[in-house]
Amino acid sequence: MDFELTDEQRLLKDSVDRLMADRYAFESRKTYLKEPAGWSADLWSRYAELGLLGLPFAEQHGGFGGGPVEVMLVMEAMGRALALEPYLATVILGGTAIRLAGNADQQNAILPAIAEGRMKLAFAHGERQARYDLSDVATTAKRDGKGWVLDGSKSVVMHGDSADKIVVSARTEGARDDADGITLFLVDAHAPGLARRGYTLRDETRAAELALNNVPVTEADVLGEVGKGFPVIERVAQAGIAAMGAEVVGAMETMHAMTLDYARTREQFGKPIGQNQVVQHRLAEMLMSMEQGRSMAMLATMSVEEPDAAERARSMSMAKVGYGQAARFVSQQSIQLHGGIGMTEEYAVGHYFRRCMVIEHTFGDTAYHLGRLAAEVA
Amino acid sequence: MDLRFTPEEIAFRDEVRAFIRDNLPADIRERMRLGYPPRKQDTVAWQRILNRKGWAAPHWPVEYGGTGWSPVQRMIFIEENLAAPAPELLSFNITMIGPVLIQFGTDEQKRRFLDRARNLDDWWCQGFSEPGAGSDLAALKTAARREGDFYVVNGSKIWTSTAHNADWCFVLVRTNPNAAKRQEGISFLLIDMKTPGITVRPIVSIDGEHHLNEVFFDEVKVPVSMRVHEENRGWDVAKFLLGNERVGIARLGKSRERIGAAKEMARQVKANGRPLIQDDEFRRRVAQIEVDMKALQITQYRVVSAHAKQRDGRPDPLSSVLKVKGTELLQATTELAMDVGGPLAMPHWARELAAFANEPDALAEGLEQSTGSYLFLRAASIYGGTNEIQKNILTKAVLRL
Repeated sequence: MDFELTDEQRLLKDSVDRLMADRYAFESRKTYLKEPAGWSADLWSRYAELGLLGLPFAEQHGGFGGGPVEVMLVMEAMGRALALEPYLATVILGGTAIRLAGNADQQNAILPAIAEGRMKLAFAHGERQARYDLSDVATTAKRDGKGWVLDGSKSVVMHGDSADKIVVSARTEGARDDADGITLFLVDAHAPGLARRGYTLRDETRAAELALNNVPVTEADVLGEVGKGFPVIERVAQAGIAAMGAEVVGAMETMHAMTLDYARTREQFGKPIGQNQVVQHRLAEMLMSMEQGRSMAMLATMSVEEPDAAERARSMSMAKVGYGQAARFVSQQSIQLHGGIGMTEEYAVGHYFRRCMVIEHTFGDTAYHLGRLAAEVA
Repeated sequence: MDLRFTPEEIAFRDEVRAFIRDNLPADIRERMRLGYPPRKQDTVAWQRILNRKGWAAPHWPVEYGGTGWSPVQRMIFIEENLAAPAPELLSFNITMIGPVLIQFGTDEQKRRFLDRARNLDDWWCQGFSEPGAGSDLAALKTAARREGDFYVVNGSKIWTSTAHNADWCFVLVRTNPNAAKRQEGISFLLIDMKTPGITVRPIVSIDGEHHLNEVFFDEVKVPVSMRVHEENRGWDVAKFLLGNERVGIARLGKSRERIGAAKEMARQVKANGRPLIQDDEFRRRVAQIEVDMKALQITQYRVVSAHAKQRDGRPDPLSSVLKVKGTELLQATTELAMDVGGPLAMPHWARELAAFANEPDALAEGLEQSTGSYLFLRAASIYGGTNEIQKNILTKAVLRL
C-alpha cells in the first residue's frame, strides 16, 4: 500500500498544475468558450507540447508511457480548471479504444497524430434508447462488398462535433441488447452519409448528435474483432469513469476552497457567515464527503488495469457511486452556502456544479451503478 | 501509488489470521460470532493469549512490550482481530493509560502499572465525563484538595464504562478552582477502585444492559505519588490521551462483521415469499453500505500511510473523518442487521423468551444481538468525542474557521 507519487509523477503534476494556473483563470475560460470550437485551440497545442496528449500511449507511438496515475494527475488539474478541451474524448476514450483494439497500422496512424495534436477523436457509442445499458446498440453495420455500411444514430457524443475521426459502435449481429455482435468502426468525420449536429451540454462542454445514413467504411477501418466490441466498450467506459473521477476530485477541491473562502469573507448579521456553527459543520461535512469521494476516485484509478474483469467492474461501479454521491453533496452545498451569488452564471461555482452533474450522467449514474452492485448481493 | 497490500503485508495478515484462528478459544469465538459482546473473562483471556505472543500492545514502544509494527501492520492486526471476531484489546489499558504512563509517568508508575496493564492484571476505566461536563470536558468539577501526601477527592463521574469491572481508574480532577483558564486547574490521578469512599452505581443503557456507571467519590484519599505529570497540567495528559493512537478508530472490522451477520440472517428469513437477501430494497441498502465501507477503508489507508510517513506523532485531523464516517457506518450496519429481524427484532429473546425455547435457536440469538448492538451503538457517535465535536475539530484544525 502506497499513496506516494514518484518524482516523475510529481514533475508531471507540477507542470500541468502550473499550466492550468497560468492559463485557465475563470475569465480566460470565458474567452475560450467564444472560440469557434468552444474551447482553446492554443491550449490544445500546449497540451501536445507538454506531452499530455500522448500521455497514456507507448513511446513508440510518440507517447509518454503513462499509466492511470499519470492520467489521474492531469484530470485532477483539468477538473480544477474546468477545462473545456476534448481531452477525455480524444486521449482517454478514443485513445483507449485504439490502444486496446487497434491493429499496428491503426495505432501507428492514429496515436502519434493524437499525441502531436493533429487528430481528435470521439467515442460514439450511446444511443437515445439505450440509457446507460452499454450493450444496447441499434445502429447497424452490414457487409457491402469488401467493406461495410453503417446506419443509425448516436446520442450525446462528447466532442463529436470537433473530432476528426469517430469510433462508432454498430451491431453486426444479434438482438438490440446482446453484448455479442457489436463491432467498433473508425469513421472519418467527413464520411459521406454522416451528419453531425453539435451543441453545448449544460456544463458548456461540446457534444453532438450523429446520424449515420449508409455511411461506407472499409475493412481496414474495423477496430478490433468483428462482433467482439463489447469488452472494449466496457474498458473504454471504465477508463472514462476513472478519468472523470479524478476530474470530479479537482472540481470538488475547488468548490470546497471557494466556499470556505466565501464563508470567511461574506458578512451577515455583523460577522462572517463562517462563524456560524451550522455553516462550519456543513463545510466539515463537505470536507468528509470530498475525502471519501477522493478515495473512491483513487479506487477507480487503481482498478483501470485490474486484470479480473468482474472485480474491475465491481470496483468501477463502487467508485462511480461513491464519487458521484460525494460530488452531488459537495456541489449542491457549495451553491447553498454561497446563497444567491452561487446561482448566477457569472460566478464560477455554478459551473463546477454543472460539470459534476454532467459527469454523474456519463457512463452510468449513481442509481444505475448501485443497481448493478445490488444485483450481485447474495 | 498502489492500493494493494505488499507481499510482506499480505504475509503479515495471513500470520495474524492464522494465529487468531489457532488460538482464539472456541467458546469465545462462538459467542462473538453470534454477536454477543465479550464477557469480562473473555476479554481478559484473549488479551493474555495475545500478550504471551507479544501482541497485546501493538503501538507501545518495543522496550515497553510493543511490537514495532508499522501503522499499516497495526491496522491490519486490529481489523483482523475485529473481523475474526475476537474481543478487542481493552482500550483503557492499551490505547489510553499505557501510552500516557509511557509519555508522562514516573519510573515507579511505569514499573508498577505497565506490565500489568498489558497483561490485563489490572482492568482500567476512564473517569473523565461528569454530569455537568460532557463535550465540554474542561467544565469538570470533581475536586481534589491536597492534604500532606494525599489528595482528597470529592465529586462524581458519569458514563464510566466497565467501572464495575475495573481495578483502577484514571481520573481528571480539579486541583485549582481559581486558575485563570479552566484547563489550567486540572490534574490527572490514578485511583484504586478499592479505596474507601468510592461508590459505583450502574446505569442501564437502552439495550437493557449494564455497560455504564456513575462513580461517586466521597473523601477518597489518593497518594500524591499517583498523580501523573505535574499538578494542574492534567489537561495536557488528557489531550495526549484523546489524540493518541487513532489507527483503528474507524472500526471497519466491526462494521464488516455486522454486515456479514446481516447477510447471513437475511438468507434465513423470508420476505414476500423468498429469502430477504433477494429483496431489491435490502440489496440496495447492502450495496450502499458496501460502497461506503470501501470508501472508508481507502480513506483509512490514506490516513494510516500518511501517519507512517510523518514522524512528529501529532494526530492527523483527518482521523476525525475516520471517527465520524466510521461510526456512521457502524450505525448503518447495526441498523440493517436489526431490520433483518422484522417483527422478530422486537422481543428480548434472551431475557423474556428463554423459557420457551426447547432447543438453541441460532437465528433468535443472532437477532437478539442485532437489536442489542443497534441499540447500544447509538452511543458510537457520542463516545470518544461526539460527531458534532469531531466536526468542531475539523472546523478548527483543517478548515481554520
